[in-house]
Amino acid sequence: MTPYATHARRVAGTVGDSAPRPDGPLKVRGAFAYSSDLEAEGMLWGTTLRSPHPHARILSVDTSAALALPGVRAVLTHRDVPGRNLHGSMVVDQPVLAVDTVRYEGEPVAVVAAEDPETARRAAELVHVAYEVLPPVTDAEAALAPDSPAVHPAGNLLRHVPLRRGRAARGEPLTADVVVRGVYEVGMQDQAFLGPESGLAVPDPDGGVSLHVATQWLHVDHDQVVEALGLPREKVRLYLAGVGGAFGAREDLSMHAHACLLALRTGRPVKMCYTRGESFVGHVHRHPARMAYEHGATRDGRLVYVKASIVLDGGAYSSSSPAVAGTVATCSLGPYEVPDAEVDVRVVYTNNPPCGAMRGFGAVQTCFGYESQMDRLARELGMDPVELRIRNAVAEGSAVANGQVLDHPAPVAELLRRVRERPMPGPSLPEGGHLTGTTSRGESVVRGVGYAVGFKNVGFVEGFDDYSTARVRLEAGGGQVRAVVTSAAAEVGQGVVTVQAQIARTELGVEQVAVEFGDSAFGSAGPSSSSRQTYVTGGAVKAAAEAVRARVLERADRLLGRAGTATGLSGEAVTGAGGEVLCKLADVLGDGAVEETVEWHHRPTFPLDPHTGQGDSVFQFAFAAHRAVVDVDVELGLVRTVEIATAQDVGKAVNPQALLGQIHGGTVQGLGLALMEEIRVEGGLMQNPSFTDYLIPTVHDVPPMHVDVLELADPHAPYGVRGVGEPPNISSPAAVAAAVRDATGLALPRIPLRPEDVAGLTAADDAGGR
Amino acid sequence: MRLTLTVNGEQRDIEGVAGTESLLYVLRQRLGLHGAKNACEQGQCGSCSVHLDGVLVCACLVPAPQAHGRSVETVEGLAGGDGPHPVQEAFLACGAVQCGFCTPGMLKATEDLLRRCPDPGEAEIKDALAGNLCRCTGYRHILEAVRLAAARTRALEPRP
Ligand code: FES
Ligand code: FES
Repeated sequence: MTPYATHARRVAGTVGDSAPRPDGPLKVRGAFAYSSDLEAEGMLWGTTLRSPHPHARILSVDTSAALALPGVRAVLTHRDVPGRNLHGSMVVDQPVLAVDTVRYEGEPVAVVAAEDPETARRAAELVHVAYEVLPPVTDAEAALAPDSPAVHPAGNLLRHVPLRRGRAARGEPLTADVVVRGVYEVGMQDQAFLGPESGLAVPDPDGGVSLHVATQWLHVDHDQVVEALGLPREKVRLYLAGVGGAFGAREDLSMHAHACLLALRTGRPVKMCYTRGESFVGHVHRHPARMAYEHGATRDGRLVYVKASIVLDGGAYSSSSPAVAGTVATCSLGPYEVPDAEVDVRVVYTNNPPCGAMRGFGAVQTCFGYESQMDRLARELGMDPVELRIRNAVAEGSAVANGQVLDHPAPVAELLRRVRERPMPGPSLPEGGHLTGTTSRGESVVRGVGYAVGFKNVGFVEGFDDYSTARVRLEAGGGQVRAVVTSAAAEVGQGVVTVQAQIARTELGVEQVAVEFGDSAFGSAGPSSSSRQTYVTGGAVKAAAEAVRARVLERADRLLGRAGTATGLSGEAVTGAGGEVLCKLADVLGDGAVEETVEWHHRPTFPLDPHTGQGDSVFQFAFAAHRAVVDVDVELGLVRTVEIATAQDVGKAVNPQALLGQIHGGTVQGLGLALMEEIRVEGGLMQNPSFTDYLIPTVHDVPPMHVDVLELADPHAPYGVRGVGEPPNISSPAAVAAAVRDATGLALPRIPLRPEDVAGLTAADDAGGR
Repeated sequence: MRLTLTVNGEQRDIEGVAGTESLLYVLRQRLGLHGAKNACEQGQCGSCSVHLDGVLVCACLVPAPQAHGRSVETVEGLAGGDGPHPVQEAFLACGAVQCGFCTPGMLKATEDLLRRCPDPGEAEIKDALAGNLCRCTGYRHILEAVRLAAARTRALEPRP
């Protein structure tokens, strides 16, 4: 063998580098194939006929006029669903196509396939459905009353999570020197990803079907589509198509089964692509919440107890509501030491739009509740609000609401100090803009500052084993070595595709890494949700790469004729104990590729006790704090966010640039919830399903953001990582609302804040009292 | 109807276009150019932004017949023969692309801005991008990318 430089060169793009996205070049060329871009020879277009009523009995469906329209190839109703006409990722309660009742506005009743989208749309209009309109159940609290009409036969209570700690668990009364109470509300937020629900179903020669679809988890979709189609599992194949954002809205089925049904019926490929208006009714939303909180504390500002009654509007079908309720309960006390607690979380069926997963998954709503209370308590005690939080902050070794003792860093006090210690922004005008336009010269503009800290579980909880599968292959050819990583982890924009390549480079010391998407026949990677992919699929890729490395090192030892000499892979070479190069990796791989597949499980979690909500239900918690600075025109009710500072513990910054992108994006979605984003529902009917009427932050709404990243390794996690996607979304709404309260002196118990609230013109302000 | 237009410098003739089709539909479905995106098809998001005779428009709002005889430039035409456009490079360098669904529209809006205004200030940048929604990035990396693209473009083009 030829001699080499003594030490291996460093490979670029490993863990800790801001490695570029492998899909970036295609995306900037407009050549990345999103699910809405797919086409096939002879393709038909599918469309969905939806209920215009939030609650109605279906008396009859007449498809004859639609079928008679030239260019229409199929019109299907529930009678055409060969398998189980129900889906649901947790509770199977949602019809693929409505049978005799519709329970929300927009519920699918029939699907149509035609030669072009316009014909399909016209045909759907020609399907005649006779409805007997029923009164909708639209108030979640009223739905719990014994005399409320039932949305589902088993009643309207979808899940109740009681939580009892300390004196409350022993049945003793909860008392304290200082008590504050408040009732808080959070409106219905939409994920508002830009890439519409869409996909292409292609019939296969074996009588099966291939579905190319944008999703967060192929495998849970696959389970449900298989059931609906009544086909053997192996005849239904799901492939990940390009995903234009997700944020929880792609955890449930949308057009998946419908397109497959149409493709199987017509024998032709069928594409479905929702319009924006349809997208608003075609996916679940963030649960509206009403939260009555009572905090008891000592005079010197130590929390003694928390009582809370939290009602979430789950809408017409369960989606992931049961899990959201669990998260709300587990996070309901905030990242604070609270000896005694009595919390009841109820999620309820109504005839409102179904709610389910959205980034933050219940932790967002409850954070607005407990952080509003912490500010109220600070005022009551005459204490600095940050000081009060620090005094009660959990740390490693503390127990949180579910009784679980934190066995990893929990730097809550440090995060708060960091955002507090940032220099305050000056009184300058916004970056090149004006606050009040032409209606005011800013004479009534008041500055406000607000703080919030939040936390949430990473990954699935309560005993659910959301493992991930990864295959790593190391191969040589033409003197080059490269690794190929395969997993079914859905790339939804967050960058899991980049992270997988970085991990393979780190473990195998090779530069060239290709990341391939496994389809539904490959092992599951679990969902791209709950901030879990870097941890869990990252863990799987790391483990598979380590297994490959071990085999390569054995092979190198044999080649070198000495066992135990080869100890590492670096710079495309095999290295010894001192980091010295022993031989080229390509020479070792000359005999053939090395491949390993690993199914990787995070440490187990356990159910919550059904009476006390106690249990080690979580494998990792993640924390972030925000400080928001706002300028408020207190007469016009207008808010301009001047600056947001974030401090977040990420365990290990695997890709610092992508991490910042997550923190910016999550923080801004929270800012949107605080100031503008709400699906308004009246009588079960959505009032604003368009980007004209449902506002998301534009570039003008976004302030400079300062991000302080802590890297305190979690000893249980691969590389010490901590999930990063959700924490920035959890405390930013509460921080922004707190800042507006600080400026206005109003109680502002409800988000999003409307101009009339901020100007002090609504009765809503009295609800919480002050 | 028959539609003739120039797309990224190439003349295209399309038969059988319905008068109700949008320019976006023609680009995406009849010409197979999927770069311009379809996030709302109601003129509210900017993801479908293209140049029509040099003017930045939402392709979803332009009835196809109005594009007859005119010149359209899409994101697919941004890169030249000698490689990516500086705006494309800057978006990648700054981490301004996550899901990327807003990216083609953002790139076109940025290109348009830099054509008009090679040294834009903060207000001009924000005004130029105000019609383009992004749900992923929180816009900060996009703003950085626009500033970087402007600096690089100025460095490339010698001043008189
Ligand atoms: S798709 Fe044209 S503006 Fe949204
Ligand atoms: S990167 Fe996803 S919408 Fe902008």
